[in-house]
Amino acid sequence: MISRREFLQVSVATGALLGTAGSGAWTALAARQGLMSEAELLAFPEFGNVTLVHLTDIHAQLKPIFFREPSINIGVGEAAGKPPHVTGKEFLELYKIEPGSPEAFALTYEDFAALAKTYGRMGGIDRIATVLKSIRADREGRVLFLDGGDTWQGSYTSLKTQGADMVEVMNHLEPDAMTAHWEFTFGIDRVREIVDNLPFAFLGQNIFDNEWDEPAFEAYKMFERGGSKIAVIGQAFPYLPIANPRWMFPKLSFGIREQNVQQNVDAARAAGADVVVLLSHNGFDVDRKLASRVTGIDVILTGHTHDAIPEPVIVDKTLLVASGSHGKFLSRLDLDVRDGQVKGYKYKLIPIFSDVITPDKSMTELVDKVRAPYEAELKTVVGKADTLLYRRGNFNGTFDDLICDALLSEREADIALSPGFRWGTSVLPGQDITVEDIYNATGMTYPAAYRSEMTGARLKEILEDVADNLFNPDPYYQQGGDMVRVGGMGYAIDVSQTIGNRISDMTLLKSGEPIDPQKTYIVAGWASVAEATEGPPIWDVVTSYIKRVGTVQGKPNQSVLVKA
Amino acid sequence: MELNRREILALSGGSIACFALGVSAVSTPALASATDERIKAFAGDAELREGRISLTAPEIAENGNTVPIEVKVESPMTKDDYVSEVMVLADGNPMPGVITFLFSPMSGEATATTRIRLATTQNVIAVAKMSNGSVFMEKKNVKVTIGGCGG
Repeated sequence: MISRREFLQVSVATGALLGTAGSGAWTALAARQGLMSEAELLAFPEFGNVTLVHLTDIHAQLKPIFFREPSINIGVGEAAGKPPHVTGKEFLELYKIEPGSPEAFALTYEDFAALAKTYGRMGGIDRIATVLKSIRADREGRVLFLDGGDTWQGSYTSLKTQGADMVEVMNHLEPDAMTAHWEFTFGIDRVREIVDNLPFAFLGQNIFDNEWDEPAFEAYKMFERGGSKIAVIGQAFPYLPIANPRWMFPKLSFGIREQNVQQNVDAARAAGADVVVLLSHNGFDVDRKLASRVTGIDVILTGHTHDAIPEPVIVDKTLLVASGSHGKFLSRLDLDVRDGQVKGYKYKLIPIFSDVITPDKSMTELVDKVRAPYEAELKTVVGKADTLLYRRGNFNGTFDDLICDALLSEREADIALSPGFRWGTSVLPGQDITVEDIYNATGMTYPAAYRSEMTGARLKEILEDVADNLFNPDPYYQQGGDMVRVGGMGYAIDVSQTIGNRISDMTLLKSGEPIDPQKTYIVAGWASVAEATEGPPIWDVVTSYIKRVGTVQGKPNQSVLVKA
Repeated sequence: MELNRREILALSGGSIACFALGVSAVSTPALASATDERIKAFAGDAELREGRISLTAPEIAENGNTVPIEVKVESPMTKDDYVSEVMVLADGNPMPGVITFLFSPMSGEATATTRIRLATTQNVIAVAKMSNGSVFMEKKNVKVTIGGCGG
């Protein structure tokens, strides 16, 4: 039997680093401390004739936020040890970034809370507007602005307005195309209503009607910029009907549909495309595999897994760009396109330091307008954070521990399960926890906090299944988010094993007893994909708990033992 | 929010977790030998070869109760050289046999699609027999998951 104290979350040995080595624009900036000026952040050498600007996974964050990057992000199979599965110090070494520098703060978890006080919040759609305007002014007639999806969901205001706030704000930024994931959790009727009035393309080559297997949305769109023809193919999140509630869009089928990607690439080339771009919500490892199997894609703008990588990863002849999440970064990729080919590129992952970049006035006004009806509620203080609250990482984050504690305590459960979402902002030590903070971690359309009975065997089955969705060595079999967060129970996981053999030493923490496969436990959780799940919304459970404890003491989670 | 005592202790109905249980994982899979025997009976003495047959199936089933699959066999489909039949098996179902498609030169092409039910994560196997007796096989692993958590 393993006691609570013996569960120690070990750091994961990093394998050989492969892929690109650090050599880009970040190196020059990394030697210095202190924030750069706006001009430095925006500086870009004159190059080529086409500019792609990529924003993805903003998760409805209109204002500057704190977002701590993961400490544990394990790659398996061919992705082991390669970006984005490099974190912390290894990441800084790989890309030659000075510890303690603004880039280190933006891209890694090292000293996050301390550096946050120095460098401030990141993101803010009004800052993004400024950067975008500057690029468009610099590159008139040559810019394509593409939104990778997970745009409409993730905040109090987006939930209350069913994404209307985000649609209004994004329309003001005038993207050329978008693809989607969480958008569909507003339900197919709401998606259709919005898309029918969208002044730009909503693309998804892998979205089909499941009755007749016919395309349900436009697959790709051709654009002309800088004298070149650019085909943008949309790829929505392939596992929506599995990872999110299928009943919300019952007539749609997704999937990777690799052959269909190839057919669309070929069709776009035949229609005269000089450049083919995949605007993807596959997740990085899926895109890396796709790039090695589909020919003719010049650029994949990746999304879903929220990775921020300072340089494109190159697979055969395809550039993979990873632009982070929550508005922390905007990617700029300039291409030299001649004779129907990409001859060269220059890239910059632009960090949106909100204290440095001047907000765009018209956008600030628009954000203030859409938030105004909710401002009093958003600002309401519920409690205080004693330590850093964050979510992102393969296993438990402190915000999830808080949610699990709330479920255990408010619902008198033995064990709590909280989904491994990658979205959710961070709260610094000493900061108030507001209603806005709680919704940033919980705001979605199937929030019912259930209370149910499960056998030990069933719990094991669930953990094994989720672990296989995350650590299957074949990325095409990976789906959904990070590992399910568990409260009240410890376990050990060996990610290198196969399904059924990864999880061991499941222990009920309150008694120290091993989990009995035959015994029934009371389990509380939220975000069930089953229709008509009963229970109060999770934000009410969390609010009620925080009100009761006042100050939240987040402790490092020591109940998951990771072997890799 | 204030939950009263009865609400605090109320158990939710229905299938739960982050995970809706689409398909029961509890089923007795066919013995591997049953699948092998079916293939052997189908192929006779012919060697099982790779190529010519392609099987399209999702990597992960969206709904285990109705999984779309497609089989396609390269063949000129002339009276001297055609695909005579294609057998589809699911090696993790209680009964591995799914369907056998029969073709003739009149078929024009050897392509068929259908939807099948899969009890659990397993291999879907398609075996094609040509008019000259040669046999080609392809296998795809289809995962039937009890669900994932968002992303």
